[in-house]
Amino acid sequence: MRHTLSVMVENRAGVLARVAGMFSRRGYNIESLAVGTTENPKISRMTIVVEGDNHVIEQVTKQLHKLIEVIKISDITDEEYVGRELVLIKVNADTAQRSEIMQIVDIFRARIVDIGYKSLIIEATGDQSKITAIETSLKPFGIREVVRTGKIAMVRGPKTKLE
Amino acid sequence: MLMNGAQALVKSLKSEGVDILFGYPGGAALTLYDALYDSGIRHILTRHEQGAAHAADGFARATGKVGVCISTSGPGATNLVTGIATAYMDSVPVVFITSQVATGLIGKDSFQEADITGITTPITKHNVLVKKPQDLLKCVKEAFYIARTGRPGPVLVDIPKDIFAAKMDFTYPETVKLKGYKPIFAGEKCKVSLVADALAQAKKPVFFIGGGINIAGVSEEFSRLIEKTGIPVTTSLMGMGGFPSDHRLNLGMLGMHGTYAANQAVTQCDLLIGVGVRFDDRVTGLVSRFAPNATVVHFDIDPAEINKNIKTDIRVVGDLNWSLSQLNSIITNPDISDWQCAVMKWKQERPLTFDEDTREIKPQSVIQEIDQLTDGNAIMVTDTGQHQMWTAQYYTFKKPRTLITSGGLGTMGFGLPAAIGAQLGCPDQLVWAISGDGSIMMNCQEIATAAEHNLPIKTAILNNKGLGMVRQWQRMFYQKRYSGSKHERGTDFAKLAEALGAKGITVKSAQELRPALEEAIKTPGPVFLDIWVSEDEDVLPMVPAGAALDEMIGG
Repeated sequence: MRHTLSVMVENRAGVLARVAGMFSRRGYNIESLAVGTTENPKISRMTIVVEGDNHVIEQVTKQLHKLIEVIKISDITDEEYVGRELVLIKVNADTAQRSEIMQIVDIFRARIVDIGYKSLIIEATGDQSKITAIETSLKPFGIREVVRTGKIAMVRGPKTKLE
Repeated sequence: MLMNGAQALVKSLKSEGVDILFGYPGGAALTLYDALYDSGIRHILTRHEQGAAHAADGFARATGKVGVCISTSGPGATNLVTGIATAYMDSVPVVFITSQVATGLIGKDSFQEADITGITTPITKHNVLVKKPQDLLKCVKEAFYIARTGRPGPVLVDIPKDIFAAKMDFTYPETVKLKGYKPIFAGEKCKVSLVADALAQAKKPVFFIGGGINIAGVSEEFSRLIEKTGIPVTTSLMGMGGFPSDHRLNLGMLGMHGTYAANQAVTQCDLLIGVGVRFDDRVTGLVSRFAPNATVVHFDIDPAEINKNIKTDIRVVGDLNWSLSQLNSIITNPDISDWQCAVMKWKQERPLTFDEDTREIKPQSVIQEIDQLTDGNAIMVTDTGQHQMWTAQYYTFKKPRTLITSGGLGTMGFGLPAAIGAQLGCPDQLVWAISGDGSIMMNCQEIATAAEHNLPIKTAILNNKGLGMVRQWQRMFYQKRYSGSKHERGTDFAKLAEALGAKGITVKSAQELRPALEEAIKTPGPVFLDIWVSEDEDVLPMVPAGAALDEMIGG
């Protein structure tokens, strides 16, 4: 099963390498990882998506805890949360295809952020299934390049993970 | 008072109670060495940085204090790596201080530059590169705190040359504030009650103790528990000394080279209580058939050890000082007399044995002789291989911290330098290093260190003219194809010892053995015994890798 871990770490050089190294060393796979600072500049949040059964997730969580710079880990998989990824897609588009592509962009509430001679760059945000859907819809036109962020996530309601 | 970073570092080492450290100087470390010159801290110059790392480790294992090891940058630091990994695998508190090229030269592939924090991240409990002079003392304080608290382990502090030279005030922090590190002491009381309930119902319980018993210093508390309940005990290699080897309820070592009684007891028990263990593969054999009928209880300070290798039914996370005294206060006597009889029968009927021989020296008999001569009161330091297993099998360990051995990493070359550290930490105790003709060569340069400081370490080299454990596996599992495991031209270890300033004795026949051992003990200073033992001896019993504990060969 795919788990989403929200991990708070000290905002210091080398922490990302430590976390990533722990995963590879112990044979766990990171499906995606997104890092950014929080409202507190001394703390960063990593949103890590990892595939594994309960045993694997238990070990991942505990091994992460052993890293001195890891402050808090929440497995938010079963919580109500907003999860988003951002994707940039460069798709083939000659003048004849543009309107059809723009319709797809509208349907997914995505945006066109660059127009080239024979291509468009589309920006879309959403959960993983939406991102996959827009990619599938654009495939027939010929996708030249995809750049995708890892998932970031925030638990719904007034509570924060820093509390 | 204004001083430089190196002087401030030395002062902080003193604040941490450090009076001895092990190291090797070099370009980037010169300012640090200058500060050490008249500091009053004793510096032991080993002959190789790896020796310094193992010596600091041996010191820490023998004394329970934090060991300290220093080196220069680049190759000095990378030479520590095996020593750091050895300490990490066995949870030994050592602070490694490596020098680094000056801040402005980092990342430019400068002379003697190595990314030692990058290299050692997977083999340290924590490490840090000090980037600003104002961070130096905080990093040192944190390093000692992290190394010795919770589950201990090595911490590395990498200090650039210019930070040693930077002017600063000495204000050593009194407290440590780490958001992400809160070592636990007490755990959940209700979990201890669950263990007591399980014990009350158990018909066939066994305790399995590991290095955690020695590290936590809870062997007395544990002994009270056993006297009260009469439950049989087996130990891991690292658990030796945590419970007296000659106690009637001690079944001996568990696992690959464990005793018949221990392996049977764990296979047949209905309640297995692991205390300060990590269920290493050398102990469990085939995991699916390890303690197949048992409820598994696991006491450990490190939550990540629970469920890592063996599925645990009741977990008690916390310091053993807390959990064992809790358990002791509520435990009742289980009715297990039938089980005790069965276990004792195994122990009596199937003890460890070997074929005595009057012509050749049997390696096992060397350990037995040393055991008799020292009455089980020496600190036994081993290298890795057959001699290590025979030491564990045939020496009577009576006190904690008396077996010093690389259990987790299995490092050849650990023994002699670790013995140097142990002897310096425990100057009044008799220290024996047990080695082989393979292992001793991996750090034999440290004979010079032992000689220089006239350390009365007695080293027994069980010389079987090759790599015994490798040859045993080749004999058993590779159709006697002895690939790369024979020393075609032997080394005269007595001469080697003499050349480096120690006494050397060669022992070639069984009659010479006892007198030679006695002479070694009587001789002041370091003595190296080159003991020619039978060449094709196997460590038995043996559970082949991947087999279940009750599928033993021999014994």
